[in-house]
Amino acid sequence: MAETPLISLRGVVKTYGSGPTAFQALKGVDLDIMAGDFVAVMGPSGSGKSTTMNILGCLDVPTSGSFLFHGHHVEQLDRDQRALLRRKHFGFVFQGFNLLARTSALENVELPLLYRGDPRAQRREMAMAALEKVGLKDWWDHTPGELSGGQQQRVAIARALVTEPTVLLADEPTGNLDTERSIEIMELLTDLNQASGITVLMVTHEAEMAAFAHTIVHFRDGLVDKIEAGQNGKAPA
Amino acid sequence: MLGTIFMLALRSIRRHLLRSFLTILGIVIGVSAVVTMVTLGKATTAAVQEQISALGTNILQVRPGQGFGRGGGGPAPQNFKPEDVTAIQQQIGGVVAVAPQAQTSATAIYEGANWSTTVNGTTNAYFKVQPWPLESGRTFTPAEEKAGKAVCIIGSTVKKNLFRGTAALDKRFRIGGISCDVIGTLTTRGQAGFGGDQDDVVIMPIKTVQRRFTGSTDIRMILVGVDQNYSTGQVQTALTSLLRERRRITADKQDDFNIFDTKQISDTLTGTTTLLTRIVAAVAAISLVVGGIGIMNIMLVSVTERTREIGIRLAIGAVANEVLMQFLVEAVVLSCLGGVIGLLLAQLVIAAATPLMQVPWTFDPEINLIAFLISAAIGVVFGYFPARRAANLNPIDALRHE
Repeated sequence: MAETPLISLRGVVKTYGSGPTAFQALKGVDLDIMAGDFVAVMGPSGSGKSTTMNILGCLDVPTSGSFLFHGHHVEQLDRDQRALLRRKHFGFVFQGFNLLARTSALENVELPLLYRGDPRAQRREMAMAALEKVGLKDWWDHTPGELSGGQQQRVAIARALVTEPTVLLADEPTGNLDTERSIEIMELLTDLNQASGITVLMVTHEAEMAAFAHTIVHFRDGLVDKIEAGQNGKAPA
Repeated sequence: MLGTIFMLALRSIRRHLLRSFLTILGIVIGVSAVVTMVTLGKATTAAVQEQISALGTNILQVRPGQGFGRGGGGPAPQNFKPEDVTAIQQQIGGVVAVAPQAQTSATAIYEGANWSTTVNGTTNAYFKVQPWPLESGRTFTPAEEKAGKAVCIIGSTVKKNLFRGTAALDKRFRIGGISCDVIGTLTTRGQAGFGGDQDDVVIMPIKTVQRRFTGSTDIRMILVGVDQNYSTGQVQTALTSLLRERRRITADKQDDFNIFDTKQISDTLTGTTTLLTRIVAAVAAISLVVGGIGIMNIMLVSVTERTREIGIRLAIGAVANEVLMQFLVEAVVLSCLGGVIGLLLAQLVIAAATPLMQVPWTFDPEINLIAFLISAAIGVVFGYFPARRAANLNPIDALRHE
């Protein structure tokens, strides 16, 4: 294949602790993700999928092995350099939404732009546009406490995409939602992937949700077990 | 970037109003205590100084006897003589004016009103020794002084009680069996430092008082005005040796007169009140430190409570320094806010306390500024540790924190 992968993991090992109590969460993961892909990561608890996501999100570094993102060796970056990389290229959506409490939807969505140092007017405009994209334009002044779970997750998605990231990382985004809301969220993610060309990486253990992806990566015992095509996608070459 | 962080800090304070208020309560109390104590202390010092300076500064009061509290047995010490006054004038350097005083008390009568008052016999030097402007009229002429004429200058209390609002100048009233012309009236001077109304006085030429009232040339007190460029201590030493010589006191005997230096008394009293001010200010400062520890305490709790929030910020791409700055700025903004509220509270307390303590209301910009800067510094010092703890959190652990 001629195209260079956006993300490339080679022999990634992650060990927690040291000595006899050391636990090897990843045992040499090789994984390539193309730009514009929609990847679902599946696997039982302890299979290493969350650890992989943390490393892919530049929140954590591998104990050994290499992580190439856009040609940068992420494993060689320090804490603040990784923070700057996250700021520029990554958006995060979590299972528990993780919105700031007692803070309006608009202010929550503005937050990444604040750290980026955008001027006030531009922040407002971009945050409103992102809220509009997730269908919550009229709810901009509501705090998380005043929003339903599905709405909160959509605010979180708006916050993740407001910076127009290269990659959107979603850690069990539908884990706290009922089926109907889950499908809404998945449709939103699919739309973002197709319309905006954002690469989506999603951890899930619901096959129904994974089916929305192009590519499904199965983890088992700290290794990539198998890669298959999702309903919407095609199997990788 | 700092503007943004400032805004984040303000948002966070606004989100946690009650907690923010409790956090700054210690600072509010500390700052207001320090400012109130120091301001009231300084006001007391100023009040004491004002009362002392009402006696006149750079004045030595020379009296027969051994002074405050001593005295005791032996023959009564002799009074001074007019020759002593001349000698002081001629032989001691740095003396502006020497005013002898012969005092007695008498009842003044004018058109049915009578008033018991102090008669003070002196010379025009009396008005040179201390600044006490006339309200109207004039001082004594040399002829009046020399001849001991029955002329007088009256204090405002006498004027008020004897003349009851009518013009006093050039009137004649009776006092202690003589008739006396009012040639001048004095401006109001107020209470003396140790009680007693300084305006309740009739001033006459000393010869008049000696001849018509006391019947001797004795002088009960000599006021010596000292030149601003000379130290009162120097003049006092010269005065002591001159008087010892004139009164033939041998080296083995103690002085049978005393010299009261108003400046020295003023310095002593000022020193005492300043010391007291410092002590209470130090106690108040301790409460300020306790307030600072309160801030640290709540900020630490806040960091723990907001671990997830910090995790979100870090995941979104905040660098460690930005999180550190946010918490630090939050602490500083809180403590400065506490400082400002404390300053306002202090002004209220001072405004309420000054009339009760009978001291003048003052605003001391220096201590207000210092207290404010200290409150800001407390924010930095006690906010740094919790802020650093927040910044060093691992984003993954922080996000997982319940």
